[in-house]
Amino acid sequence: MKNQNTTLFQPDLVKQALKQSFVKLNPASLVKNPVMFTVEIGTVIMLCVCAWILAGETSQGSFAYNFTIFLILLFTLLFANFAEAIAEARGKAQADSLRKTREETPARKIEMLGEIFKDEVKVVPSSTLKKGDVFICEPGDIIPMDGEIIEGLATIDESAITGESAPVIREAGGDKSSVTGGTKVLSDYIKVRVSTEPGESFLDKMIALVEGASRQKTPNEIALTILLAGFTLVFIIVCTTLQPFAAYANVTITIASFISLFVCLIPTTIGGLLSAIGIAGMDRALRANVITKSGKAVETAGDIDVLLLDKTGTITIGNRKATQFWPAEGVTREEFVKASVLSSVADETPEGKSILELAGVINPDYNVKGATFIKFTAETRSSGIDYEGNRIRKGAYDAIKNIVEKAGNNFSKAITQKVEEISGNGGTPLVVSENEKVLGVIELQDIIKTGIAERFERLRKMGVKTVMVTGDNPLTAKFIAEKAGVDDFIAEAKPEDKMNYIKAEQQQGKLVAMMGDGTNDAPALAQADVGVAMNSGTQAAKEAGNMVDLDNDPTKLIEIVEIGKQLLMTRGTLTTFSIANDVAKYFAIIPALFIMAIPSLQGLNIMRLHSPESAILSAVIFNAIIIPFLIPLALKGVAYKPIGASALLRRNLFIYGLGGVIVPFIGIKLIDMLVSVFF
Amino acid sequence: MNSEILGIIAMYGIVLLLAIPLGRYIGKIFNYENTWLDKVFNPLDRLFFKIGGINPDREMTWKQHLMALLVINLFWFLLSMFVLTNMEWLPLNPDKNPSMSGDLAFNTSVSFVTNTNLQHYSGETGLSYLGQLTLMLWQFISAGCGMAICAMVFNAMKERTATSLGNFYSYFVRSCTRILLPLSTIVAVILVVNGTPMTFEGKDSITTLEGKEQLVSRGPVAAFVAIKQLGTNGGGFYGPNSAHPMENPNYLTNMVETISLFIIPIAMVFAFGYLLKRRKLALTIYGVMTAGFLMLLMTSVTSEMRGNPLIDRMGIAQSMGSMEGKEVRFGAAASANWATYTTCTSNGSVNAMHDSFTPIGGMAALLGMMVNCFYGGVGVGFLNFYIFMILAVFISGLMVGRTPEFLGKKIEAKEMKIAMIIALLHPLLILAGTAIASHVYTGNPEEYASWLANPGYHGFSEMLYEFTSSSANNGSGFEGLGDNTPFWNIACGIVMLMARYLPIIGPVAIAGILAAKKYVPESSGTLKTDTATFGFMAFAVIFIVAALSFFPALTLGPIAEYFSLYK
Repeated sequence: MKNQNTTLFQPDLVKQALKQSFVKLNPASLVKNPVMFTVEIGTVIMLCVCAWILAGETSQGSFAYNFTIFLILLFTLLFANFAEAIAEARGKAQADSLRKTREETPARKIEMLGEIFKDEVKVVPSSTLKKGDVFICEPGDIIPMDGEIIEGLATIDESAITGESAPVIREAGGDKSSVTGGTKVLSDYIKVRVSTEPGESFLDKMIALVEGASRQKTPNEIALTILLAGFTLVFIIVCTTLQPFAAYANVTITIASFISLFVCLIPTTIGGLLSAIGIAGMDRALRANVITKSGKAVETAGDIDVLLLDKTGTITIGNRKATQFWPAEGVTREEFVKASVLSSVADETPEGKSILELAGVINPDYNVKGATFIKFTAETRSSGIDYEGNRIRKGAYDAIKNIVEKAGNNFSKAITQKVEEISGNGGTPLVVSENEKVLGVIELQDIIKTGIAERFERLRKMGVKTVMVTGDNPLTAKFIAEKAGVDDFIAEAKPEDKMNYIKAEQQQGKLVAMMGDGTNDAPALAQADVGVAMNSGTQAAKEAGNMVDLDNDPTKLIEIVEIGKQLLMTRGTLTTFSIANDVAKYFAIIPALFIMAIPSLQGLNIMRLHSPESAILSAVIFNAIIIPFLIPLALKGVAYKPIGASALLRRNLFIYGLGGVIVPFIGIKLIDMLVSVFF
Repeated sequence: MNSEILGIIAMYGIVLLLAIPLGRYIGKIFNYENTWLDKVFNPLDRLFFKIGGINPDREMTWKQHLMALLVINLFWFLLSMFVLTNMEWLPLNPDKNPSMSGDLAFNTSVSFVTNTNLQHYSGETGLSYLGQLTLMLWQFISAGCGMAICAMVFNAMKERTATSLGNFYSYFVRSCTRILLPLSTIVAVILVVNGTPMTFEGKDSITTLEGKEQLVSRGPVAAFVAIKQLGTNGGGFYGPNSAHPMENPNYLTNMVETISLFIIPIAMVFAFGYLLKRRKLALTIYGVMTAGFLMLLMTSVTSEMRGNPLIDRMGIAQSMGSMEGKEVRFGAAASANWATYTTCTSNGSVNAMHDSFTPIGGMAALLGMMVNCFYGGVGVGFLNFYIFMILAVFISGLMVGRTPEFLGKKIEAKEMKIAMIIALLHPLLILAGTAIASHVYTGNPEEYASWLANPGYHGFSEMLYEFTSSSANNGSGFEGLGDNTPFWNIACGIVMLMARYLPIIGPVAIAGILAAKKYVPESSGTLKTDTATFGFMAFAVIFIVAALSFFPALTLGPIAEYFSLYK
C-alpha cells in the first residue's frame, strides 16, 4: 500500500476532479473561501457586461475583449476548484483503497440473546455489524470489522493495511488485542468484539475529513483566511475609490478594467490553493500510513517542541539481546554455555530466546531427564532448571549473589568486576550459577537502530527535544541516551511518569508529542498535544490519541512532524508569493488604465506592454495560469530543510518573495507578446 | 561636500547621539528605576496623584488602560470646546480675537486631542492666549497619552503571562513630568535666547523702513513651539508654523526644532530595547524604520535640490534648488529634510509650504504619512509598527513551518482579525475620504472652485494630502486647499478621531490578549524576530500594505504630475 499513486495526476482522478471543478462553482460552497467568492462575483458581473454589450452598449469596449476577460476569470475559478478537487480526489482514492478491502466481507456473527451468547454462528454481511457484536474468525478469514479480541490468539497478515508482509500475533487481553478490518487471519481461532459503529471507523472519519463533509478549517487556516480576506478588503477599497478619482481626472475606466485590476490584486493564488494545501497535508500523512483524526493534529505536529519516544522498538531494535558469554575462572566456555542454554530452555522471554540464539542452539538436545523448570518470580528474581540433582539458576546479579553466599560459597571478585563493567557499558548482566556456585555472566545489550542518531540530530535542528522513555535503571538509560543522541530520558518509567513529564513540559508552554499502544498509555496520549496510537494498540489508546499509525512504526513521529511543518510552510510561502506578485501586476494594469487619458504616464509602463487591452489581459491570464502551475507544489508541499528558522526564512523569502516579485514581470511580458497578436 | 547636505547629516547624527541615552532614560522611567531627577519629580508626581485622587500603584488591565485614556481625552476635549467657542469674553485676550465657529472649534479640538494639530485657522488672529494655552496643554496631554499607552504595550510584551499591566495615570504623569516637561524647557530656553517671543502682552507695533506702522503678533510662543515639536504635535502658534520667523528665527533654531521633532520617536524604540532587554530586536526595528525613512529622505532632498524643470526651461538658474514656498534662511535641503521628518513622525509642523514642493518631494511627504510608522508619532508610531510586526510575524512564522508566535506568544485568529482591521483602517479613511471629496468636487466644479488652488493632478494631491494628514494624525497641509469649510472641518474631524483611537485600541488589545496567553519559550525552530531577515520581511509587509494600496491614488496625483513635468 505504501507510496502508491506517486504520480500527481492520475488520469481517472483528473477526470473526477475536472467534473468537481464545475460542481464547486456553486456559490453556496464557494462562499467559504472569501477570496475566490469575490472572483466569482466579478465573473458574474463580466457575464452581465457581455450581455449588456450584445444588447447594444458601446462604452465598455469590444465584445471579444470583455468576453475574453470573462472566460479568463471563469478559468481562474475552475483552476482553483480543480486544485481543491484533485487534492480531495487523491486523498479519497488513498482512503478508498484502504477501505475497499473491508467492504462486504462475510462475518460469522455469534447470535446473542440479551447478554448471553447463543451457541449459534450466523454468516452476515460485515456492513450489518454493530458496535458490541461478537464474531469469530478462523484461518483464511478476512476480519470484517475493527474490533478487540476477547478470546484466543491468532497470527494475522496485516499487509493489506500496512504493506508489511511479516504476520503479527494478536491475542486477547494485554496491549495487542486490536484487530483491523480487512486484515487476514492466518492461523488459530479468535473471538472478536466489534469496537466501532458502521461508518465510524477511523478510516471512515478520515474519508469524511478529506471529502469536505466534516472538514473544518484549522485555527491557523482561519487566521490565514482572515489575513487574505483583509487583503481582499484593502483592494476592494482601492478599486472602488478609484472610480471617483478617475472621474476627477477625466479618465473613464471600463468595468472590465476595474474587475481585472481587482482580481489581479487580491491574493487569488493562495486563496485558490489554500484548501488544497490543507487536504494534501492530511493526504501526505495518510500516504505515510498515518490516519489523522483532524487537520489540526497535522498542523500541531509541525509545532512540536518535545517528542516522547519509547526506547524499545524506537531507539533500540526490539528487546535486549545476549551478546557475550563471560565464564568465571575455572569454568570452561562449553560448560558455561551449556548451563546457560539449559537455564533458558523454558524461558519464553525475548532475552531468554536470544541466549539460545547466541549459543547457536535451535532445538536444545542435552538429554536432560526429569527436569523441573523454575519460573521467574518477583521474589526470587531468577529462573532456572532442576535436573538430576543439579540446580541451575540465572538471574540478576544481587539475586544470584544472595543464593551463592547463602550457601556459604564465595562470589568471585572477577565476576563482580565483570558485572560492573557490563552495567557501565549500558548492558544488562545475567549471572548464572550451578549448585550455588557461580559459572559466569551473560551480557545482554540493547542494539541501537542504525541511523537513529542522525534522525535525532535532524530533530534537534528543527528545535524538537527528544526524550527517551524506558524501564531501565538510570545508569543504563543514560548510557543508551548518550549513545543514541537523545536529549533527555525518563528511566524506570511508570505510566504516570510519562503523564507527569508531559504535563510539566506543557506547563512551560511546550507542545508534546508521544506515541503509545497500551491502555495505560491512553491518559498520556490524550494529554499529549499530538498522540499517535499504534494500530496494533488497544482501542482505548486509539480513542485517546489524535492519530493512528497503521504501520505501528514508532519512528513515524519524526515524519509526522515534518509533514506538519511542510503544511505550514507551503501556506506561508504561497501567501508570500501571491502578495509579492502584486508589484508586477500594478505596473501592468495601472498604466493601462490611465494611459489613454494621460499619455505622459507611458513612463510607468516599464514592461513596455503592447496596448492597454493586452496589458490587462496578460495580467489576468498570468493570474489565472499561475494557479495550475503551483498545484504540484501545493500537493507535494514545500520541502522542509532543518537548517534553523532564520536560514529557512531567508531561503524561502528569497525563492518565494523575490521570485514572486520577478516571475510575474517575466510572465506578463511573455504573455503580452503572445496576446499582442490579437489585441 | 555641499554644506546643505552636511547640515542634514549633522541633524540626524545629533538626534541619534541624543536618542540613545534618552531611550535608556525613558526605559528607566517606565520601569520605575531610580534616576537622578527623582528628587524633583517624586514630590511633584505625588502632588498630582493627590489632587486627582489617584492610586498610582493600582495595576490595570488593558481594558482599564484604554478606559482611562478615553476618559482623560473626553474630559479635556469638552473643556477645550468650551474655551475655543467662548474665547472672546474669557481672560487673556489682549488682541480681542473672536471666538471660533462650532465646526471650526470641533475640528480644532479634535485635531489637538488626537495629536494631529491640523489647523484650519491662523493662530495670531484665530486664538486668544487662553486658547493658545489650552491647546498647548493638549500638546502635552496627547503626547503623554501616546507614550503612556505605549509603555503599557511594552509592559505587555514582557516574557510572562499577565493581565495586570501597570497604571495608566502613573505612566501618563511620568511621561509628562519626567520626559516632556524637562525637554520642552530646554528647547524653549534655546528658542527664547534666539529671539522667539515669550510674553502675555498683546501685539507690538513697529515702524517699517517705509515709515509705516505695523502691528506684530506675539505671545507665549517659545513654550508653545517647544512642545509642538517634541510631542509630535505640530500645531503652530502662528499660521505659517515654523516657517514664521518668530517661531523659527534662524538655522540654529531650525536645527534644534528639527532635532526635537524626531528625538522622542527614536528614543521610544531604544526605550523598548532597554525595557524588555531586547536590544537586538530594538535595533532591528530601528533599522527597518531608518531604512524606510532614509529612502523617503533621499528622494525628497534630491528632488527639491534639483529644482523645477519648467524654470530650467525658462533659462533661469536654480543653484539653490526649488525655492518656491521655502525660507531662504533654511534652504531646499533643510526644508526637504524637515518635511520628511515631520511627515514620518506624524508631527505636522512645517518650515516650508509642502504645497509648493516638487511632485516627487510631495509624494515622499505623502508616503511618510501613509506608512506612518517610520518612527511615527510619540508612542503611537511604535504601536503602528507593532501591527505590521504582527502581520510580518504571521507570514514569516508560517514560512519556517511553525504556527506563528511573537515574543513567545502564539498569534491566532483573534489577533489577526484586529491587526488586519487596523491595517485596513488607514487606507480606508484616506481613500474613502479623498473619493468622497473628489466625487463632490467633480459633481460641481464651479461651486467648489474655492477648494482647490490648483485644479488637475495637483488639486487631487491637495485633497489626498489633507485626508492622509488627518488619518496619519499628522496635521501638516497642502495649504492650497481651502479647508475652512464645514465639509473639510467635519470630514477631517471624523477621520482624525477614528484614525487616532482605533489604531491605539487595536494594538493595545492585541498586546493585552497576547500578554494573557501562555508564554512559550523559544527553541531553535522558533522564528527569530531580531534578525536582518525578519527586518526585511517587516519592511516588505509595510511596503505592500501601506504603500501599494495607495499606488493608484498616487498615480493620479504626484506621479501623473511628475511625468507631465518631465515628458
